[in-house]
Amino acid sequence: MRNKDSILRKPAVQSLLTSLLCILLGLLVGFVVLLIINPAGAGEAIMDIIKNFLNYSKPATRLKNMGNTLVKTAPLLMCSLSVLFAYKVGLFNIGAAGQYVAGAGACIYCAVGLGWSWLPCMIMAVLAGALVGALSGALKAYRNVNEVISCIMLNWISLYLVNTILSQVKNPTSPYTYEITKKVVMENGAMTTVAHPGAVLPQLGINGLFNNNKYVGLAIPLAILLAVGIWVLLTKTKLGYELRATGLNMYAAKYCGMQDRSNIVLTMAIAGGLAGIGAAMLYLTGFEEWSCTQSSVPAMGFNGIAAAFLGGLHPLGAIFSSFFIQHITDGGAQLNKQVYPSEISNLISSLIIYFCGFVLFFKLTLTKWLNGRNEKKNAAKGGSAK
Amino acid sequence: MILLIQYTLVFSSVLMLVALGGCFSEHSGVINIGLEGIMVFGALGGALVMSAVPAGTSALIIIILSILAAMLMGILYSLLLAVAAINFKADQTLVGTAMNLLGTAASTVIVKAINTSANPNNPSSTLQYIQAKKAFLLVDGYEFNWFMPLALCLLILSYVILYKTRFGLRLMSCGEHPQAAASVGINVYKMRYAGVMISGLLGGLGGLVYITAGVSEWKFENGVAGFGFLALAVMIFGGWKPFRIALAAVLFGFFRALSNVYTGFDLLAALNLPSTVYNMLPYIISLVVLIFFSKNSAPPKAEGIPYDKGTR
Repeated sequence: MRNKDSILRKPAVQSLLTSLLCILLGLLVGFVVLLIINPAGAGEAIMDIIKNFLNYSKPATRLKNMGNTLVKTAPLLMCSLSVLFAYKVGLFNIGAAGQYVAGAGACIYCAVGLGWSWLPCMIMAVLAGALVGALSGALKAYRNVNEVISCIMLNWISLYLVNTILSQVKNPTSPYTYEITKKVVMENGAMTTVAHPGAVLPQLGINGLFNNNKYVGLAIPLAILLAVGIWVLLTKTKLGYELRATGLNMYAAKYCGMQDRSNIVLTMAIAGGLAGIGAAMLYLTGFEEWSCTQSSVPAMGFNGIAAAFLGGLHPLGAIFSSFFIQHITDGGAQLNKQVYPSEISNLISSLIIYFCGFVLFFKLTLTKWLNGRNEKKNAAKGGSAK
Repeated sequence: MILLIQYTLVFSSVLMLVALGGCFSEHSGVINIGLEGIMVFGALGGALVMSAVPAGTSALIIIILSILAAMLMGILYSLLLAVAAINFKADQTLVGTAMNLLGTAASTVIVKAINTSANPNNPSSTLQYIQAKKAFLLVDGYEFNWFMPLALCLLILSYVILYKTRFGLRLMSCGEHPQAAASVGINVYKMRYAGVMISGLLGGLGGLVYITAGVSEWKFENGVAGFGFLALAVMIFGGWKPFRIALAAVLFGFFRALSNVYTGFDLLAALNLPSTVYNMLPYIISLVVLIFFSKNSAPPKAEGIPYDKGTR
């Protein structure tokens, strides 16, 4: 009795449909808010957000801006992988933001302060993120501290710590650190900088595809590669199997002889490492500098939560959802600031996370509807034998 | 010294109110990670009223109106969690996180929209309420305000409601074993709604207290800087019991206050530590406290588990 609506029963199709529904609902509410603020330009404004770099008429500018969106998509993808990887093991990694901050602190300090080249800087970022992550994991595993609370506390601790550390490589004339292309040297007891291009991630010629956008490079293929890697790790390896088993039922996993506690620590370390490398992927391109006076944790880690859930908690889905979230976040900057606040795109992405909470309900409703339709069909056919 | 006491009292009343809110919600069986967002919305409600009241309004009216607005906004916002968690069985952590992000984003959008419509060249997310804020002060020139006695009253009221009334005991039974509660005729859905909405009321009020603590304008882009989560730590440290929560709140409030006023102490100023150390202190303390007190913590048994009539 397989009929053609069975495609709607496939988990992948259901996930895709529900994600699209979440996006649609998020955009709809965003549009209503725009309408309330100023009805005249609301339609245009929501299109501006959706179009982002397509707003530019010149193809060259479009490409360049698409490159900029991609540059920020790579770290976002890492943060969303971090969140979803932990979630598969039953942990809610709201600390991706803090692990990202730790990674940023490590790589910027190693590059600008110590003058290392990009690879060791990136490794330090991974280690710093992993350390912060492992700390939450260990607290959860051995001291029964709720990981959500410990992650939040660590977010703030990392932020203030990194602000303090990076103040040592701060440009005295601005709140920002020195550019990544420079390194700090002491000359006659005074701090100056010399050129140090070795810390910048290699461009690998990819920048040529985006109208020589100098920030585009290694980060983007590496991010996609890591997404595939996480997918393989989770679904095709023994470790991934054990981790997922721990997530599904900690007690059953323990009963089967799996190390539930060290698995939790390992999971959070990997999740933290992913967020840490995400920071390296952004800050080692020189796309932006760290502001040593920032008083709130960067949104990247939190947007990672949105991207993870929107991507149906699948590493490959996260590639597309990360791009989408970054796309509308950048799109928000296209708005006319005298009429609409650019935070409207944060509003939309937080609404998307909220609606992702209803995914289970959407799927159940869909399945119920399909069942109901089947029954009706069968009833119409009459009692035909199977 | 007097400054330190003032700020300790202010911050501990914030933490206590919000933690009591979390306590009601969790005793009913719903984890409320979204307290941070609820605080922001409560603060927004209060700030809007305070910045809108005409000069010369009597202090009492300002106080009542802004408190009511903050509570109302908190309750309305908490309904987002209630609907998702109780009716749609959504993941409570996920929805709470979304609410925190939404709280800051939405309040920034709202305040910016109001500011730009008043003056297109002012796209800031700051609301000012210099005059109205003075209404709250008990003694001129000091930061002692009406919220402190109010918080104390609410603490006692919370204790009485939770442990001495039929409603409170029923509420707690829904967080321990909802099926058993349902079997004796308690409407678990209603009780959980009540728990979440009370947490909205107290959280919203806490938000208002926070934005009047020593300042008379608020930049909504900053949210409430993790205070909702500190309150959750207070709640856990306080073992989900009102009076212990109050003690925990005073302890945390003290360390938070220290970061505001440490320069006034010769001893602390002489240590010459960077100010970020004091900024980190409340978070570090709460982490350390959690390390020692989480092992034996006994949260309401059914918290975080969506109630389903069909299961046993």
